[in-house]
Amino acid sequence: MNYLLLIYEDEQALHARDEKTRNQVFQEYGAFTASVRDGGQFVAGDALQPTSTATSVRVRDGKTITTDGPFAETKEQLGGFYLVSAEDLDEAIALAARIPSARFGTIEVRPIWHYE
Amino acid sequence: MSTSAYELLQAVLKADRARILSSLIRTCGGDFDLAEEALHDAVVAATTQWPRGGIPDAPDAWLLQTARHKAIDSMRREQRARLKLSELGYTADLLRGKEELTPIPYDMLRLIFTCCHPALNQEAQLALTLRTVAGLPTIEIARAFLVSEQTMAQRLVRAKRKIREAGIPYRVPERTEMPERLEAVLLVLYLLFNEGYSASSGEQVVRQELCAHAIHIARLLSGLMPEEAEVRGLLALMLLQDSRREARSNARGDLVLLCDQDRALWNRAQIEEGLGLCDAAQQSPSGGAYRIQAAIAAEHARVAIAENTNWNRIARLYQELLRIRPTPVIALNHAVAVSMASGAEEGLRLLGALADDLDGYGPFHAARADFSRTLGRRPEAEHAYQRAIELATNDPERRFLEGRLREMQGAAIPRAR
Repeated sequence: MNYLLLIYEDEQALHARDEKTRNQVFQEYGAFTASVRDGGQFVAGDALQPTSTATSVRVRDGKTITTDGPFAETKEQLGGFYLVSAEDLDEAIALAARIPSARFGTIEVRPIWHYE
Repeated sequence: MSTSAYELLQAVLKADRARILSSLIRTCGGDFDLAEEALHDAVVAATTQWPRGGIPDAPDAWLLQTARHKAIDSMRREQRARLKLSELGYTADLLRGKEELTPIPYDMLRLIFTCCHPALNQEAQLALTLRTVAGLPTIEIARAFLVSEQTMAQRLVRAKRKIREAGIPYRVPERTEMPERLEAVLLVLYLLFNEGYSASSGEQVVRQELCAHAIHIARLLSGLMPEEAEVRGLLALMLLQDSRREARSNARGDLVLLCDQDRALWNRAQIEEGLGLCDAAQQSPSGGAYRIQAAIAAEHARVAIAENTNWNRIARLYQELLRIRPTPVIALNHAVAVSMASGAEEGLRLLGALADDLDGYGPFHAARADFSRTLGRRPEAEHAYQRAIELATNDPERRFLEGRLREMQGAAIPRAR
């Protein structure tokens, strides 16, 4: 089964981190991604630019409404994702727990809809 | 259907339904609904075939085998079956008839851990455990939790859907996951027990029976996981608490304090079993929270009269408990034990530190009231009783506190303990 791991973190806290911690987390991400690739579980993954660069798009009554910012203001913001292939939810949860941001923020684990 | 065949079928279902189901769910690749339907069909088949063909030598095996075949037939009929069958590693063995004939105990562990998976919300865990492990009909579970049958049915449907769609696996957690996962299971059992324990004698029997179900599952789990001391600890705690069931309230439904209970009404068999588990647990070094709470309950159960209670040991046990669970409520219980062991002055002193945290908690003020009263500090005691009465969460509790207040106001001198 494929799972989308959505990485949520408080952007302000993230930016307030000292350089040493930032570098350490960066290294950890590198190591984690490599291990997921080695395990054959990596399908996709990337970091997102901050919510200040986000734009929201809605179409209502044929009209395109474009606004500045993420779709909702939340305490923790979406900052990245991994799309992984895992046997079951427990395996996906184990991967999510190893994501460096898991100890600062929240990882949402969502199964991908599979068509028969 | 002849009476004896019918009675046997009922008896087998009562004793073995959960075990049969636990193995069947594994056969069905973790699909609870498919397994339940197949078992239902097998039971229907039994009602027609057993009277005709005679009662099988191993009725539980017959039901399991029959249900398996019905499940496979059902899977073959559905288009998704082709994918599912190929996904199941052991299906090849199954189709070749190599599966074991009777339910295997390990499957029961798979069932319990899956019902209590953290990806399911607490309500779902409770409902699913009662439905599949305890085998309660949906309507009874609804009554036990004071919701409509429809609400409970929906809760179960959603829980099973989450298992299917999120891919919650039907397995026993690995060693590394076990501490968290076992904690979740024990919490479910503890919550079930508390629901039943808090149900007063006026309430529906099905709610009171939750204690029996919790104890039954804990006993089952203890047998399957003999190396886990906390399981035995929880079982001991529940047995010792349940042993006091008959003595907890009087004919009017009023609360009877532990020290005032008629100990002749305590269930001896449960106490014996509980004490046995506690004494055996003393061997293991790790002091888990349930094990410590059981040891505290054991101190009360050991003695024939309240006056002989070893409050010093209880106070030490609460101190041990505080180290792993530093909560204000446990600190309150510790203060009460200290008061009983070393005097009300000492108890009041400890309570002082908890005033901020527990101002909204009735029992805190009740304790303050009792300690103050013992020391002859009437105004303080009165004020504290009033607060406790305001904060009382049910009638028996409120009536009890009002009684204590009236008693004190009516007495010429404070009663010595």
